[in-house]
Amino acid sequence: MERIYLDNNATTIVDPLVKDAMEPFFCKMYGNPNSLHSFGTEVHPYMRIAMDRLYAGIEASDDDDIIINSCACEGNNTVIQGVYFDMLRGGGKRDTVATSQVEHPSVMKTFEFLESLGVHVVYLPVNADGIITPDVLKENIDPERTAFVSIMWANNETGLINPVKDIAAYCREHGILFHTDAVQAVGKIPVSVKDVQPDFLTFSAHKFHGPKGIGGLYIRKGVNIPPLIHGGEQMGGKRAGTLNTPYIIGMGLAMELAVKNLPFEATEVRRLRDLLEDRIAAIPGTQVIGKRELRTPNTILVSFEGIEGEAMIWDLNKQGVAASTGSACSSESLEPNPALVAMGMKDDLAHTGVRFSLSRFTTEEEIDRAALCIQKAVERLTAISTHGR
Amino acid sequence: MGDRMAKKDLIGGSLWEQYSNKVAERMNSPRFMGEISEEEANSRGMKLVIADWGAEACGDAVRLYWLIDPKTQRIVDARFKSFGCGTAIASSDVMAELCIGKTVDEAVKITNIDVEHALRDEPDKAAIPPQKMHCSVMAYDVIKKAASLYKGVDISAIEEEEIVCECARVSLKTIQDVIRINDLKTVEEITQYTKAGAFCKSCIRPGGHEKRKHYLVDILRDTREKMQMEALKKQQTPLQDFHSMTLIQKHRAIEKVLDEKVRKALFRDGGSMEVVDMKESDGRISVYVQYAGSCAGCASATTGTLSFISEVLKQELDEAIDVYPV
Repeated sequence: MERIYLDNNATTIVDPLVKDAMEPFFCKMYGNPNSLHSFGTEVHPYMRIAMDRLYAGIEASDDDDIIINSCACEGNNTVIQGVYFDMLRGGGKRDTVATSQVEHPSVMKTFEFLESLGVHVVYLPVNADGIITPDVLKENIDPERTAFVSIMWANNETGLINPVKDIAAYCREHGILFHTDAVQAVGKIPVSVKDVQPDFLTFSAHKFHGPKGIGGLYIRKGVNIPPLIHGGEQMGGKRAGTLNTPYIIGMGLAMELAVKNLPFEATEVRRLRDLLEDRIAAIPGTQVIGKRELRTPNTILVSFEGIEGEAMIWDLNKQGVAASTGSACSSESLEPNPALVAMGMKDDLAHTGVRFSLSRFTTEEEIDRAALCIQKAVERLTAISTHGR
Repeated sequence: MGDRMAKKDLIGGSLWEQYSNKVAERMNSPRFMGEISEEEANSRGMKLVIADWGAEACGDAVRLYWLIDPKTQRIVDARFKSFGCGTAIASSDVMAELCIGKTVDEAVKITNIDVEHALRDEPDKAAIPPQKMHCSVMAYDVIKKAASLYKGVDISAIEEEEIVCECARVSLKTIQDVIRINDLKTVEEITQYTKAGAFCKSCIRPGGHEKRKHYLVDILRDTREKMQMEALKKQQTPLQDFHSMTLIQKHRAIEKVLDEKVRKALFRDGGSMEVVDMKESDGRISVYVQYAGSCAGCASATTGTLSFISEVLKQELDEAIDVYPV
């Protein structure tokens, strides 16, 4: 059975071109770039190309930093904890930080950690569209006392895109540092730090067909936070740890390819997503979350009325279709997904949400087959369900 | 239920791998899924019971159909419907099967633990991972509901004891007893002794998967408080045993009497006193006291007050107490 992968917001296939580009740096050019000998120096040209591709990919200026790290989780932790360390050192009058109620755990849990240390944290609610706008900020924070705001660019569950440019402008106007977790945006929609002007931005290669375990943290020129990982001189002393040469080179190419494919994402991936969404919407008792035009072009979060999420992905998996669910029963923890609850979903919806996320490698034939599998699963599980007696 | 080693826990996503084959089979093709209609019951001369438990908003809902022979009270057929995950569906299916052939009173004795055991591939290997045990509890609750409907009584009449941990079916009394008998000091110890809190963890403290009436943290705190109070009381009661107390216990007993009978009286006059030393020899106890406040310079302190203190201690504790001012 040919399997169909529709869980690209979790991770993506590594583009074969990226894999090929990484290959020479395992057994041939394996030197440490920080070494002075030829084994170290021979990789420098390739590393420079990779860094150029990353800078170009998000339109960073040469004066800005893109700190290479292990993933966006690390980037998010570096920023949030770093800002806290600076608050401790600075002792200014700004004692509040803010984030949204729908952030990824790597942001949410880090804020909760700061809260446990006594920091005043505001968790911003989403508006009726499921997004955070400058108005939400205005209503919920005191701009004079707020030191830092972190709002994701696009949501991992719903694909809903926040107006980060407006939020960044509001923060800038009030002297608030602004971070955006762009993990679900890079490779799906244009991401330009030149345009949005955040102070910090984080991304992860494996969400845009690069390898896992490598990511980047953008820091705008003139903004300083202490490193999370202290040690060697790598990354200008801002993130210690031997440079992961093959992965950095892979991420560089993955970024270039992702940006090159943005028009394809906006047209073909979107077309296939809409196709699947229309097929799903035609099934009675389904509800897609979030307006289409506000979402990344690859994501559908849908509730199948009367069908528990894990049961749904179980049945889909049996038919070779990989999707995911934020529902309570699917994950190892039994907590209901706080993001879905924050979006004002009815409680039963939070248990029935299933996410389908496409990539540029998804084909129309796959979408066609997946739609049939979904139909079949819904029919079987509806028959079992207590719902709609 | 299978040991959870650190190494095993480091990489997630193993939830489905921990399901037994029977869980997967029952999920894929439940045998007792379906409904029983009133017409069918009537035509067979049977009584139909339809019980609902849970709610879709909570993520789990199950409906149980029983066809009962009114002459024998025996459940001749059972069917279920479920809004729930794989574990919930598989558990409901086995639960319905286990009901068939039993009387209503026998069926009430089926627990989620029986259901889990019936789903095992091997007798010693858990059918589902610990955090999914919760999803099998519904299967037990709905049986109670069905029995209460059949008997026309409140569901609380069916449950014999107060259950704290539904997953492991541990009662309030068991938990209180195990804390007392083994002098348990942590929730982890309670879990080790009873398995309570080892599964979905809802009963450990508020804020878990579901709201509970009792939480282990509260039971532990309350029981330990009670134990402490009892221990204190034990220490304080045997006044007649003053003679056989250790010097420290004697000191405590004296301080207690001074607090209750002496200091209050002195305080009204702006005075106070304290015990600075105690000696024990030849069966007599010498208590050395020092005055403070208005007592310190008072002429009667060495006479009237002293004999007052001495009298009180002799009366309350032991004739062999002598009080000396310092």
